[in-house]
Amino acid sequence: MIAEAGLIALWLAAALALLQLALCVIGLTKGQDKLFAAIRPVAIAQGVLVTLSFLLLVLLFIRSDMSVNLVVANSASMKPLIYKISGTWGNHEGSMLLWVAIMGIAGAAIGLFERSLKQRTLVTTLAAQAFISIGFYAFLLIASNPFERAFPVPEDGRGLNPLLQDVGLALHPPTLYLGYVGLSIAFSFAVGAMINRDVGPDFAKAMRPWVLGAWVFLTLGITAGSYWAYYELGWGGWWFWDPVENASLMPWLAATALLHSVTVLATRDGLRAWTLMLAVVAFSMSMIGTFLVRSGVLTSVHAFAVDPERGSFILALLAIYIGGAMALFALRVGTVKEGSQFEPVSREASLVANNLLLSAILGIVFIGTLYPLVVEGFTGEMISVGAPYFNLATGPIALILVAVMAIGPLLRWRRDKAMLVLNRVSIPVFLTAATLFALVLFTTSMSALSLVGLALAAGIAVASFAPLWKRNLRRTPMHTYGMIIAHFGVAVALVGMASESSFTEEKLVAAKPGDELMVNDWKVKLHAIEPMAGPNWTALEARVTAQYANGTTYEIAPQNRMFPSAQTQTSEAALLTRWNGQLYVVLGDSDEQGRWQLRVWWKPFVTLIWFGGVLIALGGLLAMIGRLRRAVRQRRQRAYAEEWL
Amino acid sequence: MGLFRYAPIGAKGRTVEQEKMKAKHQRLTLAILALVALIGASLLAAYALQDQASYFYTPSDIAEKQPKAGQAIRLGGMVEEGSIQRGADGVTVEFVVHDGTAKQAVTYTGITPDLFVEGSGVVADGKLTDGGVFRADTLLAKHDENYVPRELDGIDMTGAQNKTETLVQ
Repeated sequence: MIAEAGLIALWLAAALALLQLALCVIGLTKGQDKLFAAIRPVAIAQGVLVTLSFLLLVLLFIRSDMSVNLVVANSASMKPLIYKISGTWGNHEGSMLLWVAIMGIAGAAIGLFERSLKQRTLVTTLAAQAFISIGFYAFLLIASNPFERAFPVPEDGRGLNPLLQDVGLALHPPTLYLGYVGLSIAFSFAVGAMINRDVGPDFAKAMRPWVLGAWVFLTLGITAGSYWAYYELGWGGWWFWDPVENASLMPWLAATALLHSVTVLATRDGLRAWTLMLAVVAFSMSMIGTFLVRSGVLTSVHAFAVDPERGSFILALLAIYIGGAMALFALRVGTVKEGSQFEPVSREASLVANNLLLSAILGIVFIGTLYPLVVEGFTGEMISVGAPYFNLATGPIALILVAVMAIGPLLRWRRDKAMLVLNRVSIPVFLTAATLFALVLFTTSMSALSLVGLALAAGIAVASFAPLWKRNLRRTPMHTYGMIIAHFGVAVALVGMASESSFTEEKLVAAKPGDELMVNDWKVKLHAIEPMAGPNWTALEARVTAQYANGTTYEIAPQNRMFPSAQTQTSEAALLTRWNGQLYVVLGDSDEQGRWQLRVWWKPFVTLIWFGGVLIALGGLLAMIGRLRRAVRQRRQRAYAEEWL
Repeated sequence: MGLFRYAPIGAKGRTVEQEKMKAKHQRLTLAILALVALIGASLLAAYALQDQASYFYTPSDIAEKQPKAGQAIRLGGMVEEGSIQRGADGVTVEFVVHDGTAKQAVTYTGITPDLFVEGSGVVADGKLTDGGVFRADTLLAKHDENYVPRELDGIDMTGAQNKTETLVQ
């Protein structure tokens, strides 16, 4: 019965989405403003129903209801509870349902909380949100029903892919989806503004917290995904330029550009058309990325097996939404009134530079990700584009971008004097130069990219706090602190990346129990290999001790796990975290002489990469809260003024 | 607030006409800047792609096209039965990849993927050495039911017993 209830809830939600769209279209075209009052409640009801549908699917997974196909294919009754729950979205249908559920929740959130948008724009925004949802409802109900019954009912399920059986899966996809789908709000806002010709500072101020919210989730999702890949895959890398990683990076780049350009629109009424374009592009990137990967067109660890019917359905949806929004943009861009102008040396100008550079990086990642598809389509030759391309092409631009990031916040809005700016950035510039000099002098074999990266990081770390110079710290608004923390986070992450790529030490040996090896300041000793058993796996576990130069000894235990239900092995790396880095140990195969392969990395300051990512997200969160509080305060003041004056 | 927002910027006694000209000028500069960034990015991308994209080769492709040593290549095929040899150091492995018609010797230093066995499908990223041996930097082996390395789809030499494969190192 639960499955049927879930399906019914999904159908009802789809019907409400249609109603939501119809109410808006009739209201706008027939001038029936009365209808608008119903749209908010409908949006909220739709959100509740689709969430209910998703929760019912989760319940099916928790109960290991083997009468449902999806549960059979992706779960097993022996699995620990948390993986039963996360298994809900570890497959195609479930992840699609999560997608529309978040779309619905986003619509409901707009209905509940959005107070500053003009009524007609708000209504159109909700209609656009419903219009997008309808496509995905149709996709779920027609082509990939998650609640399909199994017949005959099997004894037990086939289990989740063991690589996905990890606490990372419980957190990473939902966070990322909140980011992806959160960007649909910006998309719908842009559609609403274009249709109603309502582009200006007030619109930008209304949109900004939503963009920030989606961006925070996206940042967290990418950071978590990177760390997950780092420890779960056991390859010692933290970013592989896998198509699915690019699929999450592309919307992030667009959203980062958007949240900077929306500030120009809000503060100086500039970059009107450009901001609309970015809002459309950001969510388009979410859709393109996700569905290219999910439809199985691109080879990826993340590609779920999918039949061609679904692939074409998804591509058709993409064409309608992205093509439609672009067409609307082309139609309306002429009527978007010219925004205000600005001077070459000003905050606005630096934000334009930020946008250009981010767009350039986005373009390069986009080309690199799609190029193999294009080549195969035209010539039939199969190629792969990997890290060497992406590092070479994006690295230099990224470094220029972070340099701009250090200077931008020190510029005044409207107009500034170049000499004064040079004065303000003298300390960071000096620091960067000094660091560069020291690194060239004292290190060998650092790549140019890491060298400059590390040197810039030193400058940025200081420059990011410079906006506080001579300011009253208690009166500085929260969103300024948000910006400072986010920019400082970039410096922190940059140190981690440069240090990881330059100073990592690696040893690969075949060791007998009792053997020792030295990696940097660590003495690593293999003691024994022991079998052990988990809830649905068995493993060989290595007893390893690692002694640091100061004498402290730690025990670690890398494993090789066997999953009988899926006949698969995974290797569980052992990580030892100190403040100055991580020791990363992977256990390999044994040979006839009783030796075991051990791969050991010492990665100095590698954790700063993810710590920086978390700081960036925290900065975004503070900025969002700061902006929201200010909006609420201003609304109260206005209400008060209306009441008493 | 409103007053400030729409106040003319160049308040140096410029006329409205001059402001309009300036606006046009600025839009042009921005458009040119954007164009330069776009072209620069595509040139950089094209240059990097030419150098860094690695082509997928089967052993027959290698025999036929004779790629240069040192060029980045992705090699795909089946691990020949009885060809896996572990080196004395315990971490180097040598094996032969075949596609039914041609063979290619491969050497790899590292921990092999979990289901790397004789007769299984494998995709290796690496380069040919001067001696004609393929030195792999990464190995991807096929795995369980849900993931298919697309490159291996077309190569179906060892029968269909393994229709379902994975791309996980």
